[in-house]
Parts: sequence; structure tokens; C-alpha cells
Amino acid sequence: MKEFEYIAPEELQEAARLLAANAGKALMMAGGTDLLPVMRAGRKHAELVIDCKKLPELNRLHLDDAGLSIGAAVSCRDIWENDEIAARFPALIDCTSRIGGIQVQGRASVGGNLCNAAPSADTIPALIAYGAVARLVSVRGNRDVAVEEICVAPGQTSLRDDEILTVINIPNPAPNSGAKFLRFTPRNEMDIAVANAAAAVELDETGSRFQSVRVAVGAVAPTPLFVKKSGDSLLGQPVNDRTIATAAGIAREAASPIDDMRGTIEHRKQLVEVLTGRVLHAAVKLARGDTA
Amino acid sequence: MSKRTHVTTTVNGETTDFLCEPRQSLLEVLRDVLYLTGTKEGCNDGNCGACSVIVDGVLVDACCVLGVEAEGRNIETVEGLAADGKLHPLQQAFLEETGLQCGICTPGVLIAAKALFDKNPRPDEGEIRHWLAGNLCRCTGYDKLVRAVMKAADMMAEAR
Repeated sequence: MKEFEYIAPEELQEAARLLAANAGKALMMAGGTDLLPVMRAGRKHAELVIDCKKLPELNRLHLDDAGLSIGAAVSCRDIWENDEIAARFPALIDCTSRIGGIQVQGRASVGGNLCNAAPSADTIPALIAYGAVARLVSVRGNRDVAVEEICVAPGQTSLRDDEILTVINIPNPAPNSGAKFLRFTPRNEMDIAVANAAAAVELDETGSRFQSVRVAVGAVAPTPLFVKKSGDSLLGQPVNDRTIATAAGIAREAASPIDDMRGTIEHRKQLVEVLTGRVLHAAVKLARGDTA
Repeated sequence: MSKRTHVTTTVNGETTDFLCEPRQSLLEVLRDVLYLTGTKEGCNDGNCGACSVIVDGVLVDACCVLGVEAEGRNIETVEGLAADGKLHPLQQAFLEETGLQCGICTPGVLIAAKALFDKNPRPDEGEIRHWLAGNLCRCTGYDKLVRAVMKAADMMAEAR
């Protein structure tokens, strides 16, 4: 690895000041499970690495009446080990418990997964489905950005050089809601998704019609994709195989995958349609309180 | 050479200090600075688990942690498993069940299994396989090392 300076500030303002003073030359590090291997491989370089694991705001995991706040440096393992989060946000458990092995989950953060902006990132579709909002902080001020607007190209985000992702805020799901994330990998563990999908649904009181649906898919486009049309196609519609198949078909049409060592274009299109159908069916089950 | 940092940490219960550059991983520090070569380098990019160590109770890959991050932490490596000249039950079970062949993955598997026992002393086979998914072994086909972990759990339960 090339030489760099390291600092672990304990105050957010200090971190923002350091990042601004070294804009373009500094990189933020949370768990380091993505950053350190790519720096070692020479694909990224920083003169200064700013470790955010001593910043209180970024290490806080908080659940209240407004919703869930995930500090950008909170580890995946801290999320999936939390029973309250599992009860309210099951799709977050589906993804955080599947990233790498237990060693990676103990360090890797959801915030880092978002900023790494991999097309196949496992947590991003679930965040988008849940309507998560990212809080970005810099010396110039703060702004809140919907998670679907963070990734702009493989490995690239809409964060400016001086901005720090501090917290990801997710509103509490309404009653009669459910959400699910699924991915397809040739191996059960330690693999990167060929395609993935997440859906969050809200049903009416009788559990027979869709009131609100958000669908997001991954590894089938240059960025994780919010497929608004897919969810919107279900608004006011009855819950049945036909309406869900239509929404899944829309996700397939929205996909623009590539051929690579993990899968072909046609395979990925097929997968994303199947996975979208499955996450919608599973989310409906959860919304109805049917856990079987 | 960039300036080296003085780091004070605890390794296997002993207060330890060392100098390292920010770019050195905890794995490099353990092996090349502290000469604790039990922890192995496999892929060096967070995939294989050969460099598994426990930091403040959390199982991690030492290749994905910086040495400077060890400041004030409590680190457990394979060297800390045996106590008073006696093998840890995990080590004994791995010998008895031949839970290894080439041995490169073994320290990482032992430490990962130790971390599992710290959380759950009687894991079932499915839990063991899921927990050890981040430890790649190219020799055993996994069955033998899973059996060894199950045997170690039995041995530790009997000793309680």
C-alpha cells in the first residue's frame, strides 16, 4: 500500500474541516473492508485517511417513534444482531447478514456500502425500498438526499469532495407493511450478487390492496436502481399473482445489465424479474403478519 | 517513509506497544512487527478469513484493519488459545478429528470458532457452517473442521 497519513477525529466539525482542507486528497474510512483492499491493489489512493469510527454521530444506532437512524460507521453485525430492528425492518436483516462473512460484517458499515456505490451493493436496494434518506455534512452546511440519488455510476456518488455521510434515516413503516430483500448468488455465502431486489409494501386494512409500494433492484444497472414505475403499477391494485407479475415485468424492463463473469444480460434480466416477484410476495406476507 | 505512530494495545492479555506506519495492516503488524506469525496471510483482501482475529470481542479479518486502529484495543490471536502449556479444547479437537491438512486456514478457523463459542457455547452444525462461511479451506471439504468444532463444544460442555 502507498503511504498515507491517518487521523481519527473525535468531533464531526473537525472531521468536516479536515476533509474540506484536503478535498480530493482525503478519503473517509468506516469499516475499511472495501477501502483497504482497493488501496492495497492500487485502485484508489489517498494522502489522508480519515477514520470515522471515533465520531459519535456516525457510530450511533437509534430507533424511536420517528424511525431508525443508522450512523454511517455502524457495523452490519450491530444491525442484524438488534432484535428491535429485525422486528421493524426485516429487509435490513436480509442484507446486512449476507454481506461477506462474519468477519466482514463485524466491520463493514451500511454507510460504507452506500458510499462505495457498487452496482451489486446488497444494502442499497433495501434502503431505497424503505425510503431512506442520507444526511450529508460539510463545512458549508448539511443536506438530506434520498438514497436513490446517492449512486451515480459504478463506484461514484453524488457526494461532493468535502461531504461526509453521517447518518441514514429510515422512517418507521406504516401499519400493514412488510419488506423483503433477496439476492441471487451461485454460492450461499461469501459471494457477490448476480442480481438482487428489495420491496417495501403497505397494504390496506384488509390486506387485500396495495397502498404504497417501493421496489429497488441491484447488479442489473450501473447503479442500484429505484424502479418507481414497478411500485406505482401496484397502487390501489388488488394483491394477486397477476398484479405482482406485472410489477416484476416492469423491473425487468428497467434493468440494463451487462455480461460479465457472474452472469449474462439475459440471465440477469430473468433473475431480476423472478426476484422482484418473490420479494413482493414475501413483503405481502409480512405485511399481513403471516410469518410462516 | 511516513512518520511511524506509537500504538499501545493489549494482545492476548498482555499490554504491548509497537511502532507502525498508517499503511500497515493489523495483520502486518502482528506478523512482521510483533512476530506473532500464527495469524496467516491468505488473500489479503477480506475474502478468506485466514487472518481472523478478535478485536474487542468482535471477529474481524486483520488484513482489513489498520495497525494504528489497535490503539487501546484488546486483541486475541491464535497464540492466546493454549493456556498453561495445555491446548485449548478447539486445538485438541482439531488434532483428534484431523480438522486440517495444510494448516494455513487453521489459526483463522480456530479463532473464528472461539468467537462463536464466546457468543454461543453450544452451536448446532448449521450455525457452525454459517459462522465459518468467511473462513475458506481448500483442503478438508469443511466436514472435518465442522466436526472438530462440534467435538470441541462437547468437550467444553463436559468440562463445565
